Amino acid sequence: MGDARVQLLQGNEACAEGALAAGCRFYGGYPITPSSEIAEIMAFRLPQEGGKFVQMEDEIGSIASIIGASMAGVKAFTATSGPGYSLMMENIGYACVTEIPIVIVNVMRCGPSTGQPTATGQGDLMQARWGTHSDHPAITLAAASGQEMYDLTAKAFNLSEKFRMPVTMLSDAVVGHIRERVVLHSPDEIGIVQRKLADESADEYVPMDVDDSHIPALANLGSKHHPYYTGLVHSGKGFFTSKPEEVEYFIRRLSLKVEKHKDELIDVEELGTDDCEVCLVSFGVSGRAAINIAQRMRDAGKKVGHLRLKTVWPFPDEVIKSIAAKCHTFVVPEMNLGQLKLEVERAACGEAKVIGVNNISGSMITTHEIYDVVKEFV
Amino acid sequence: MPEAFLEKYLRLENLPTIWCAGCGLGTDMRSIVKAFDTLELDPDMTVLVSGIGCSSRMPAYVDVNTVHTTHGRAIAFATGIKLANHDLTVVVVSGDGDAAAIGGNHLIHACRRNINITLVVLNNSNYGMTSGQYSPLTPQGSVATTAPYGNVEQSWDLCDLARASGATYVARSTTFHYELITKLVTKGIEHKGFSFIEVITQCPTYFGRFNLAGSPTDMLKYQKTHSIRIERSDGTEEAITIGELYKREAREYCDHYDELIVRAKELKAEMSED
Ligand SMILES: Cc1ncc(C[n+]2csc(CCOP(=O)(O)OP(=O)(O)O)c2C)c(N)n1
Ligand code: SF4
Ligand SMILES: [Mg+2]
Repeated sequence: MGDARVQLLQGNEACAEGALAAGCRFYGGYPITPSSEIAEIMAFRLPQEGGKFVQMEDEIGSIASIIGASMAGVKAFTATSGPGYSLMMENIGYACVTEIPIVIVNVMRCGPSTGQPTATGQGDLMQARWGTHSDHPAITLAAASGQEMYDLTAKAFNLSEKFRMPVTMLSDAVVGHIRERVVLHSPDEIGIVQRKLADESADEYVPMDVDDSHIPALANLGSKHHPYYTGLVHSGKGFFTSKPEEVEYFIRRLSLKVEKHKDELIDVEELGTDDCEVCLVSFGVSGRAAINIAQRMRDAGKKVGHLRLKTVWPFPDEVIKSIAAKCHTFVVPEMNLGQLKLEVERAACGEAKVIGVNNISGSMITTHEIYDVVKEFV
Repeated sequence: MPEAFLEKYLRLENLPTIWCAGCGLGTDMRSIVKAFDTLELDPDMTVLVSGIGCSSRMPAYVDVNTVHTTHGRAIAFATGIKLANHDLTVVVVSGDGDAAAIGGNHLIHACRRNINITLVVLNNSNYGMTSGQYSPLTPQGSVATTAPYGNVEQSWDLCDLARASGATYVARSTTFHYELITKLVTKGIEHKGFSFIEVITQCPTYFGRFNLAGSPTDMLKYQKTHSIRIERSDGTEEAITIGELYKREAREYCDHYDELIVRAKELKAEMSED
């Protein structure tokens, strides 16, 4: 008999198992292609682990329910695709402001609006950063394989618990549905992170009392400290404030949580980025074609590198900058009209050319498409 | 000195409230926390959830575990809270706009699930917070800032809607009948299942002023003279029926889910034996 931890899993199955391994015990969702298997598996698996699954009346309800569950101290998540992700935006902002850990998995489909439900795309990159209104922090991971659906979902839980905020994991129709070998790492191997809780033995709890980390301790509902959660801008005690200095401090602090820990949050996969003249930059599934090209061209003696972002937000500006100082061209293959390219351009600050390869057909971007562009620059 | 139950259940340091003079919401809040006191609810294990609106500001003043959510979504948040921890007593306060318009979908589905949550809808016949626009509960013909020629839309009887949607406890009071509010909220919390309580309350600043309803006292008198206890009603009067309108016992959602967990665990154990 083989190792039971090595399984052939669909990406969406791996995602569900990763969530369970990370300690998720609540799922609130609404079915939508190409993410529905995650809901179906959670409906089956959660009760086995003593957890709860609820199919809400829409995605607004889904995200509200998981924020509520998390406030009550249970790790919670939801999975969706573009239209549902759009509906969730207001409450994602609410989770940022109330600093409640939740995980949202967006299995991306092709195109705006209903788009092409069963086809793949990567058009929600900017939405993951700026989808909810006004200034707010964002942590977003991007999975390129079944294994990453498992590992990064678990990681998303850890990050959400640590930073007390929503974490989005982006995947897409291909990664969601592809069946691959997945090693089911144990909770010990993953290293489970739990939120920092308010001290229930202390007489007092100041909700916004933060140390250098800028991350306050959380009082779960059912606390003797009687927390008050609100989407209003709040002061140290947690209640509404309109004092300019308190407002300014509060909104800045939310983003500082991420800014200050950027080094810890950045997660990239690099191939030949030290000596490349042309560097491919990708995230998620398009990285599979990109790395293939980079490796093959390197094998042929060409100075081509590849950088794949496993953390897309916060954006690894410094990594791009240091590569920009060495290479002359970035090639950015992506299944949208150039969202990642914009960021690479911004971070490269004119130090290197940035060329996009864009496929929005609903089918996978191919190695040929990428190769045809890269070869012009080496 | 405030009464002892107010000291226990209110965050006196956050007073005065933001509510206008003569607004019904202060009275409603007092009646609701009086119900908490009647039941001797443990504030550490009680959760008050609200959406957005004048009425939804209430949790800032109530000294239990409190959540001021987004407009219309309180019931969906509460569903997650209750499912995650059944031991919490979960009460939701919501405005007529919050519960019936933007949150209408969550309302009917929470009724349908019969989850053990108590919802108190503070119906002031308009959107108070945004200065008096019409809501789904604004009577037809009434004036609102967005119905300057009189509201052309039909209004809902929210108690009927709740009952038809599956709520297993449905009741109504007015702010004038403040003791009845306490009684109904107490009963609602005691009832196992989804409890729906509508409180007809006054917004003198907007609805009252636009509709020439007079002073807050006049509005309270109107509530008194235009309502009838369900026990005395033959169902034909043109009046607001108040009291316990409907009650039935039915399987509660969280309990049902717990049974499901037992079955799922048994099945898993059987499967691994095979
Ligand atoms: C998504 C969203 N839409 C609109 C608003 C603006 N808004 C705030 S309160 C409110 C209506 C409140 O009316 P109601 O629920 O009846 O509460 P009341 O103020 O009358 O107690 C509206 C429309 C909002 N906060 N969020
Ligand atoms: S606007 Fe109306 S509902 Fe709001 S506080 Fe004033 S009187 Fe009360
Ligand atoms: Mg209202």
